[in-house]
Amino acid sequence: MTPDPQDILFKSLADPTRRAIFERLCREGEQTVGALTVQSGVSQPAVSKHLGVLKQAGLVRDRHEGRLTHYSAQLGALAPLIDWTGQMTGFWQNRFDDLEDLLKRMDQ
Amino acid sequence: MSKAATETLGVIVEREISYPPEKIWRALTQPHLIEEWLMKNDFKPAVDHRFNFSADWGSVDCQVLAVEPNKTLSYTWGAYGLASVVTWTLTPTSTGTHLRMEQSGFGPDQQQAYHGAKAGWPRFFASLEALLARIE
Repeated sequence: MTPDPQDILFKSLADPTRRAIFERLCREGEQTVGALTVQSGVSQPAVSKHLGVLKQAGLVRDRHEGRLTHYSAQLGALAPLIDWTGQMTGFWQNRFDDLEDLLKRMDQ
Repeated sequence: MSKAATETLGVIVEREISYPPEKIWRALTQPHLIEEWLMKNDFKPAVDHRFNFSADWGSVDCQVLAVEPNKTLSYTWGAYGLASVVTWTLTPTSTGTHLRMEQSGFGPDQQQAYHGAKAGWPRFFASLEALLARIE
């Protein structure tokens, strides 16, 4: 039904803390781990871990500047989520096809 | 969630089928028949019954919401931490049945508490529209 990119995207954004971090990057632009930690309510290692998951999903990009790492949101990575309803429609249309095939085979 | 976001994320599939509602109803409600066109399942046409659809890619957690034989069938559809509602509507026509499937209301999945924040997903979808406007 759902190919891997969407699966990864949904799992990445399913965690509310992670989603909050991502939303903040979308809203406020590039941020350091430190700045993100201050408002997240969780520890810096936890924030770094969340950022790692988001990075793996392609939702954020990191940029190193001296000892600081800046993170920014990659909105383009949301594309599979936007396609999701389109793909669900395709899923159900295929199921309708199979249903009709079954009805032909069934006894009255 | 805004109305627009709900509409954007809803899925409707409709089709004219040349068989009577009674026959289609059997295919929608008998587990061995459901498996032939949808997925393996332990469905029962009883309100509140909890069941799963399972496939090689994972499973879908469901609960029956409404059963009106030969007319309407509705169940929750929980996958990927998102709960939606699938509603089947069967309307008899002169040549058979108008079959309509609507999947809507992609809200937070209460059964998967570890996904947390009840308001999270709807709020995210509401803000998604604003985000999308910036993607080009």
